[in-house]
Amino acid sequence: MENLLYLLSNANTQWVLMGSLILGFASGVIGSFVLLKKQSLIGDAMAHATLPGVCLAFLVIGEKSTPIFLIGAAVTGLISTYLIQAIVKHSRIKTDAAIGVVLSVSFGLGIVLLTYITQNTSGDKSGIDEFIFGQAASMVRSDIQVIAVGSVVILLVSTLFFKELKVSIFDPLYAKGIGLPVNLLNGVLMALVVGIVVVGIQMVGVVLIAALLITPPLAARYWTDQLGRMSFLAGIIGALSGVFGTLISTIGNGLPTGPLIVLCASVIFLISLLLGTRKGLITKVVRHA
Amino acid sequence: MSYDAWILLIGSLVGITCGVTGAILVLRKMAMIADAISHTVLLGIVLAFFVTQSLNGLPMLIGAAIVGVLTAVMVQALDSSGVQSDAAIGVVFTSLFALGVVLISFIGDNVHLDVNHALMGEIAFTPWDTLIINGNSYGPVAVWMLGGVLLFNLTLILLFYKEIKISTFDPAMAISIGVPVMFIHYMLMTMVSFSTVASFDSVGAILVVAMLIVPGATAYLLTDRFGMMLILSGGIGALSAFLGYGMALTFNVSISGSMAVATGLIFTATFMLSPKHGMVAKWLRRKQLQQEQQKVSA
Repeated sequence: MENLLYLLSNANTQWVLMGSLILGFASGVIGSFVLLKKQSLIGDAMAHATLPGVCLAFLVIGEKSTPIFLIGAAVTGLISTYLIQAIVKHSRIKTDAAIGVVLSVSFGLGIVLLTYITQNTSGDKSGIDEFIFGQAASMVRSDIQVIAVGSVVILLVSTLFFKELKVSIFDPLYAKGIGLPVNLLNGVLMALVVGIVVVGIQMVGVVLIAALLITPPLAARYWTDQLGRMSFLAGIIGALSGVFGTLISTIGNGLPTGPLIVLCASVIFLISLLLGTRKGLITKVVRHA
Repeated sequence: MSYDAWILLIGSLVGITCGVTGAILVLRKMAMIADAISHTVLLGIVLAFFVTQSLNGLPMLIGAAIVGVLTAVMVQALDSSGVQSDAAIGVVFTSLFALGVVLISFIGDNVHLDVNHALMGEIAFTPWDTLIINGNSYGPVAVWMLGGVLLFNLTLILLFYKEIKISTFDPAMAISIGVPVMFIHYMLMTMVSFSTVASFDSVGAILVVAMLIVPGATAYLLTDRFGMMLILSGGIGALSAFLGYGMALTFNVSISGSMAVATGLIFTATFMLSPKHGMVAKWLRRKQLQQEQQKVSA
């Protein structure tokens, strides 16, 4: 307990906790839109595809620089969604296989580049492999600032366009009818997802960041039917998972942060699945009895 | 046999085992379930280790098969309770995989099982890990594991060939003529789990996905026949292993990563050049059609 209090009074821990709170909240909100659009696994492919981007960025500039890494990640992340769409459009391969192809090959490429960097280049390359599972303990204040600013911008944009996004997801035809730029709004949502993935990979890692987009909204779905409430609740669940996961990872000295954050979200999901007021399994049984 | 020959044999066995099984999954639109299972078997392997305190092949196979089938069951359960299927896959596999990764970090450094190994595999070391009975060495353990699983999978596919085919292309018809569709489903999930855990040592959890999905998707662009697609998919898997090993030696990089990239290269080439479904062929056909239309109208 004393140990915990000591950690909590540490400025760096406070920063990291703040970062995981904001990131968790933003990803819960964006994830709600993604869930309704039925694109949960595209986020997963995008996340895996950011790894080669980070490595390429390192190869180009030859040193560690978080902003440049994140730009590289965003570029390859966006390319991957384009590739998935292109494969589905121009061949008879279905979406799930297209996602699988892009996800696995780009991650393989990331691993290849990662080993190339560790074996064939000089200079400080420590920390690049921490992008795989995330390591909150090794983050510095400027990293947190990137996460915080990125998440707040993403939240602002999604709040600003909340109504437009909602209509264009629920009823694209109607949205077109009342003159909304549906394609542009789809692009905005994609950009928001890339944004979350990119600012989140340092903390949660490329392998599991998609869970932050998928699990909180899915849990929130068991409590409410309304998109506004659902995305707010998903934000809260995401924030709680972020804070608790980071806390356990910091106390447990070196336990990987990403998997712990994801596990916290999974526990909340399990509770919601059983007890949720809307469709929870136990709630249903009790009501029928 | 030389070191390179062993690596090529092991790589090809991974390619064939995953390729043949994966092709069926691509046809059944279950590619992402393969992705999910190849993540979650990590949990099975870790649990098997906690129970037996060793990295023995058989308990690992059993643990992986249990967690693999459990993954499929959980996805199915969420799916039928109204959660859309890709979100169901997402929440199940990330939860179980995260649990596996966290548990793995409690295992001491002296055990040859860590997260990087789980992700990337160590095909470079597999030739030295040989099966020793009564002091005689019988070749790498990986070859026996992969060979065994390949044989197991092939036997099941040949035994239930018709049932798999019908339930893949026309599930409604399959049910109506009494094919045990659910049994076939979980049999395939078991095959995927076995293939994954046997390949695990060589290519790692995540790159197994490449071998499961990409050769199948490539073969799907080359043929319209079920049996042919399985054979082609296995062949492409093996070819990727050869190509990947060559690239890894040339650039001095991860062998398993290169094999995954090789599947991607073959996929891209096929996507462009396949005689029937390729981009170039489609473009030529369109061009021809336009010319004929012009001739008619002229």
